[in-house]
Amino acid sequence: MRWRRIKDSLATRSMYLAVALANSIVFLVALGLFVKARPILATTSVVQLLFSSTWHPLRGQFGFYPFIVGTLAVTAIAMILAIPVCLLSAIYLSEYAHRRVRELVRPVIDLLAGIPSVIYGFWAVIVIVPLVRATGGALGSSTTGYSLLAGGIILAIMVFPIIISVSTEVLQTVPVEAREASLALGATRWETVKHVVVRSALRGIVASIVLGFSRAFGETMAVLMVVGNVPKVPTSLFDPAYPLPALIANNYGEMMSIPLYDSALMLAALVLLLVVAGFNLLAHFTLLRIERRS
Amino acid sequence: MPHISLRSLNVTYRDRRALRDITVDVPDAQITTIIGPSGCGKTSLLKSLNRLIDLSEEARVEGEVLIDGVNIYHPKADIIALRRKVGFLSQKPYPLPMSIYDNVTYGPRMHRMNREQIFQQIAELEKDRSLGRLCPESTRLTARTRRGGEMDLLVECYLRVAGLWDEVKDRLHDPATGLSVGQQQRLALARTLAVEPEVILADEPTSALDPISAKLIEEEFQFLKKKYTIVFVTHILRQARRIGDYVIFLYLGELVEHGPAQQVFTSPRDEKTRAYVAGDIS
Repeated sequence: MRWRRIKDSLATRSMYLAVALANSIVFLVALGLFVKARPILATTSVVQLLFSSTWHPLRGQFGFYPFIVGTLAVTAIAMILAIPVCLLSAIYLSEYAHRRVRELVRPVIDLLAGIPSVIYGFWAVIVIVPLVRATGGALGSSTTGYSLLAGGIILAIMVFPIIISVSTEVLQTVPVEAREASLALGATRWETVKHVVVRSALRGIVASIVLGFSRAFGETMAVLMVVGNVPKVPTSLFDPAYPLPALIANNYGEMMSIPLYDSALMLAALVLLLVVAGFNLLAHFTLLRIERRS
Repeated sequence: MPHISLRSLNVTYRDRRALRDITVDVPDAQITTIIGPSGCGKTSLLKSLNRLIDLSEEARVEGEVLIDGVNIYHPKADIIALRRKVGFLSQKPYPLPMSIYDNVTYGPRMHRMNREQIFQQIAELEKDRSLGRLCPESTRLTARTRRGGEMDLLVECYLRVAGLWDEVKDRLHDPATGLSVGQQQRLALARTLAVEPEVILADEPTSALDPISAKLIEEEFQFLKKKYTIVFVTHILRQARRIGDYVIFLYLGELVEHGPAQQVFTSPRDEKTRAYVAGDIS
């Protein structure tokens, strides 16, 4: 009897420990980055670092503005391209497609999610970059094709599987009574989807978009291969950009003899982490608002 | 001619036959109850009357269902018009994810009814004194003067008809999910009535409710049958006795017996009906 009780309390405690460990990682990562970034924060003000566009590590000038803009821009383009395509696909798969079509498409989408990002990168270099170059040329802007747009497109393709599969599942959890209630009143299928099904599933759909966003923010490899990596604030879709993850991946371990360089990259990582965390918090509160409304 | 008449209706799910060769006429302006044990095809029969059965991919329907003489399974049949004419109340009420007010106006909005059409519909509803329970004169007058007043009038009228108005009049713009299940079912009824159907199909509409709400819904149906043809599925025999005027008894997908409630319950012709009514089989 005693042994059973001990086992019970042991199980509770070990589970508690596991949760605590997993959750503390976020803080440990942030703390580590902060400690390493302190040298640069001691010499330059945060505002200066975040909003200056001059990136001259040799002269000790570290302005992150172009990188932050690059990250936000490439993610925004990706989401603008991805959200409509993903939602329409998810709605089709859940509401219109025959069960057999759904069963056929599902594994393909899962496969898409499993492709290593470096392969996406290669494919983008071979296909998307020339396409963007040709399009840019036709529109009268001389671009190499290694640009914000190329990065945005490949990123969009990479978030497709996440958003599509999660939203499809969410839509399918809406009970059949919801559709019946609307259809039985003489609403069309599209009206039913728009006013009832999507609205009932809104919370989950937003969550799937947030998941996609989080992946897009941090995606490094594929974007780095096609985005151009020029530390300048991009002014058009065809300009090259330099997102934070690419900056870190390209430079960490190189040129470490430059003073404060290492610290600057740590700060870049911290900024990236904070941007993603901030976005997630925002999404969390949006979800809460939606929940309270319905 | 009867409003609804079924001609050798067969429904199969993959290889399983749910309904076998059903031929029956449903009388107008009465409550017809469909009774029978679970899994005998009651719901399939009901859902084939407004083609909600189309939602299940596996279901295949053969035969004809004539409503006002038109076969609703004809390839060119207008399903939207059909569903507007044949309302449906499900077993578990599902409030649409919007306010109480918007739940009632949903149908009319989807059908793009304009101000005049709505006033006309209300006028006809009120002309038919049999339903009683009308909006007060003042509501009708203010509706005319205000923009969007026709929808306010529509909401009030149908919530009154469904017997829900007094409970929700102060929170019309709250989400409908906040209502109790019994209130949700009456809201579903108001929502159904707001598109002015001629027939109401009800699929065990009281089975998810507490006894008091169930009684309210039953009374509601007694009162609605003056104006609408009602087909009411139930597995509770006593309920069928209480409210049914006409009875259709299904057993394992076959139509065993149908006739006036009085006759089916007191002197059934078929042995199976006798056993079921007596409670020997269920």
